[in-house]
Amino acid sequence: MTKLLEVFDLKKHFPIRAGLLGGVTAKVHAVDGVSFDVAKGETVSLVGESGCGKSTVGRAILRLFAPTAGQVHIDGNRIDDLSPAELRPLRRRIQVVFQDPFSSLNPRMRVRDIIGEPILNFSLSSSGSDLEDQVATLMDKVRLPRDAMNRFPHEFSGGQRQRIGIARALAPGADLIICDEAVSALDVSVKAQIVNLLSDLQDELGLALLFISHDLAIVEHLTHRVAVMYLGKIVEFTDRRTLFSMAHHPYTAALLSAVPVPDPDAPRNRIILTGDVPSPIDPPSGCRFHTRCPFVFDRCRIEEPPLRIVGPAHVSACHLEHAPGEVIAHAA
Amino acid sequence: MSVTHPDFAEAPALREILPAAKSRTAFGKLFRRYPTVVFGGALLLVMLFIAVAAPLLATVDPTALAPAKRLRAPSAIYWFGTDMLGRDIYSRVMYGSRVSLAVGFSVAVIASVVGTFIGVVAGFVRGLDAVIMRVMDGLMSIPPILLAIALMALTRGSVGNVIVAISLAEFPRVSRLVRGVVLSLREQPYVEAAIASGTRVPKIIWRHILPNTLAPLMVQATYICASAMITESILSFIGAGTPPTIPSWGNIMAEGRALWQVKPYIVFFPAAFLSATVLAVNLLGDGMRDALDPRLAKRL
Repeated sequence: MTKLLEVFDLKKHFPIRAGLLGGVTAKVHAVDGVSFDVAKGETVSLVGESGCGKSTVGRAILRLFAPTAGQVHIDGNRIDDLSPAELRPLRRRIQVVFQDPFSSLNPRMRVRDIIGEPILNFSLSSSGSDLEDQVATLMDKVRLPRDAMNRFPHEFSGGQRQRIGIARALAPGADLIICDEAVSALDVSVKAQIVNLLSDLQDELGLALLFISHDLAIVEHLTHRVAVMYLGKIVEFTDRRTLFSMAHHPYTAALLSAVPVPDPDAPRNRIILTGDVPSPIDPPSGCRFHTRCPFVFDRCRIEEPPLRIVGPAHVSACHLEHAPGEVIAHAA
Repeated sequence: MSVTHPDFAEAPALREILPAAKSRTAFGKLFRRYPTVVFGGALLLVMLFIAVAAPLLATVDPTALAPAKRLRAPSAIYWFGTDMLGRDIYSRVMYGSRVSLAVGFSVAVIASVVGTFIGVVAGFVRGLDAVIMRVMDGLMSIPPILLAIALMALTRGSVGNVIVAISLAEFPRVSRLVRGVVLSLREQPYVEAAIASGTRVPKIIWRHILPNTLAPLMVQATYICASAMITESILSFIGAGTPPTIPSWGNIMAEGRALWQVKPYIVFFPAAFLSATVLAVNLLGDGMRDALDPRLAKRL
């Protein structure tokens, strides 16, 4: 499979300004060196707790703000250093579906104008009736009735609005759709419908998806590969099967143990993490997870573990020498 | 199997129990839905009619002096009485509505347009934001009435100068409101989605920012309209506004001020009209805020 999107050592630091002159007093290290790639037609998930920087990665790729450092490539061509005018034609290829189905659609625009906007922006229609045909086709694709075209977003349910958002993302013929918590705000049954719709569309159109989520149960259903993020860094990156059966990083293991199992008698080996995520303003020295890791030892506090290969197509950033999937013994 | 219970025989027909069918006229629906808009709008229409039809409604020339008939109490001939120069207060109040409405509407439009432009620039151009807003803060630290008096002191009194002076005093409020709305709208996911789908900045402002600024702007514009009418009256009252040759509600009140305790009707009638107009505009603004929100609007 050829690489569609490649991200190299992406960093995004937000300055904190304070005082009369607005000097930079501190930086939020929202994303601090993230590298991954997405192949054509593939789904890659970014998972992690709130505030780990996963949404920031998506927004930096979309260039809703400029990354602090690092590179973003599309089809091997660097796009993060392009001027806004040079980037504009490439925006066609990466689209986004946001979490909140209520604020992601302009309340004063009709569905036809919302879905038609990207088509008009890139001059992809030959006439008014062609535009209408394209919008109608897109509504079919996301299983919305065509007669909903002239209605306003507030007349739809959350799931339907999310379908409108997906139709808008499909409109310019995108190759990659970034789903930023796209199903997190929906009811369980609607969530399943939207997840199924996304995977159907992927099969039908060969779409690549970058699925940003905190919900491992959903991720397990539709992803090919998973990157686990903690405090602005990827701590483990591998394919779905390996991650869910043979996780290496203690943080991944803790996340997996928190996924609810619909069986009251199933044995639970919960790994309960204590404390909160440390502040990204002043991240911990050494391994960023050391303040909460149950297996922490001296080296973790000093030396930052690099992502190293722990198995076939499986990288993890942990000093522990156990085999993937093995129950971790205390090092100390 | 049906057995008629004796009590049921006496039961009234369903039609008699149910409340009477509500009126189905378009006006009736509108009134039930937006009573403040309908009431405020109707009152404002009456005032507009008075302003337009003042020459027809006035019984005599509002500037005609008649010293022999001065200070007459309200009567069948002089509906609102006459002032100390014998001028007919009713005719003067009718003509006075022209000044108040012209000043109110002009200031609302000028302040909204100028304020929106500056607010959008401040909200979108990061580098100018701090500079523009500090200037606006400076202008807003002066009470509008004092600023208007100072500006009027620099020029001669005319309705046009009054409009400019009050507009200058009112537009910083609009620019601050619009800037705040723009800053919050910029962060809305639908604006981010529009950027991601290649919409250019002018179109983002036109399609996504301005339409969503409209509702708070309209509400603010009505308050500005109302406060401009009051400011105009105050300026005229203290002799810094509309020249005394043009009857305005403020002028009439200013002239009646000295006689307030013996001839209160001179002040009462223009004051009542001013209050009613300000109330109408404010009711309209309040109601419009709800009516303009598509999320709150139900189908008629």
